[in-house]
Amino acid sequence: MSDVADRVKKIVVEHLGVEEDKVTESASFIDDLGADSLDTVELVMAFEEEFGIEIPDDAAETIQTFGDAVKFISDAV
Amino acid sequence: MRRVVVTGLGMVSPLACGVEETWKRILDGQSGAGPITKFDASRVATKYACEVPLGDGTDGTFNPDDWMAPKERRKVDDFILYGLAAAEMAVKDADWMPQDEESLLRTGVMIGSGIGGLATIAETSILLHERGPRRVSPFFIPGSLINLISGQVSIKFGFKGPNHAVVTACSTGAHAIGDASRLIQTGDADVMIAGGAEAAICELGIAGFNACKALSTKGGDDPQAASRPYDVERDGFVMGEGAGVVVLEEYEHAKARGAKIYAEVLGYGLSGDAYHITAPSEDGDGGFRAMQAALGKAGLEPSAIDYINAHGTSTMADTIELGAVERLLGDAAEKTTMSSTKSSIGHLLGAAGAVEAIFCILALRDQVAPPTINLDNPAVEPRLSLAANKAEPREINTVLSNSFGFGGTNASLVIGKVAD
Repeated sequence: MSDVADRVKKIVVEHLGVEEDKVTESASFIDDLGADSLDTVELVMAFEEEFGIEIPDDAAETIQTFGDAVKFISDAV
Repeated sequence: MRRVVVTGLGMVSPLACGVEETWKRILDGQSGAGPITKFDASRVATKYACEVPLGDGTDGTFNPDDWMAPKERRKVDDFILYGLAAAEMAVKDADWMPQDEESLLRTGVMIGSGIGGLATIAETSILLHERGPRRVSPFFIPGSLINLISGQVSIKFGFKGPNHAVVTACSTGAHAIGDASRLIQTGDADVMIAGGAEAAICELGIAGFNACKALSTKGGDDPQAASRPYDVERDGFVMGEGAGVVVLEEYEHAKARGAKIYAEVLGYGLSGDAYHITAPSEDGDGGFRAMQAALGKAGLEPSAIDYINAHGTSTMADTIELGAVERLLGDAAEKTTMSSTKSSIGHLLGAAGAVEAIFCILALRDQVAPPTINLDNPAVEPRLSLAANKAEPREINTVLSNSFGFGGTNASLVIGKVAD
């Protein structure tokens, strides 16, 4: 797994309080990992902080799964 | 009129997490004061407070993990954490965790706070200034709003009745219990979870109360002796934090389910000073009228009161309240005991009235008036007993609890044993 994926996973585990093995490529933050809409806003903020990037609101809406996040961030950094 | 009784108690205090643990230490004359650890207090005038003792949950310590999962806790200010913990204790003590829709619809929540998420607001405002608006957490607002204890409690237990929150500074806890009792009397609910919570021991909170000259500043050498209501050496209140929550229930409802009944809310009185934003009038007229109104609602003469838990914050206002109480009681003062438990736990602001109502209920149960500690040289010669430095075992059938707040907002509760 890439460095980006490791760092994203760490953030997801911390913020959502889920087991690491639940955070799979296709895991949806809301449907599978128990997040609500406010949690996803906070997650995106944490990604921005960790990777020093800005994720615009319309892009943030497309980040639904762990895989989406890793892909977006890998392209952005 | 429907009668209202108390069937559950919950508390997080500077002496302990839990009602019985706190009460034991109160009767023992202990103080919850110490140097401030929650923030670096080197810049503020007052460097001591009564903080909730954190720990692993044993020996009366408060373990946040016992009450809220770490990932949820990050999203709320401490006043919500304390309020939720006290509410859970009260609901469990009352054994009132119904699952049926009708019971859930008939149970409401009214837990307030004087200031709300002050520490969170202060920290977020610094973040906004330094890093800009995009760094403000989506949980900032719902984690700071005063009515979010009531919201969180309703979500946790499914209570769908009236959901409300009082904000009347240091009268909050007493107003919440009084107003929630009224909602039961008028039939809006059968059960109300009511009380107050506060967590304002942060740099902004201490600096703010220091600026209005309300806090003790001379007790640095011996913080445990700094809160000294009625004493000639008193120099301001010592800030406390925590929460007090009670379960209020319509009498027949409580009887029908065989609930343990602690006491009955007999009377509740409210008044406004119309005088000054932080000081009471010299004659204590506002407090006098609140007490008078509460006794009127209870249909009792002042002489019926055995014990009074005073507002008594360890400020100049102590003797004003004392004067008003003695004027109200007349000759009956000779046989009445009044004490300020703020001598032990400091001033819990919006939680004070709720925590002190619980002490009143325990005084009724155990037939003992808790002490006013650190009372070595009374500023005036009182006609009533102030239970100086020692708990006072005595007959107690009816109690009165006073709470007065900035803005000139006063609340008095009269609580008594349940008569059939």
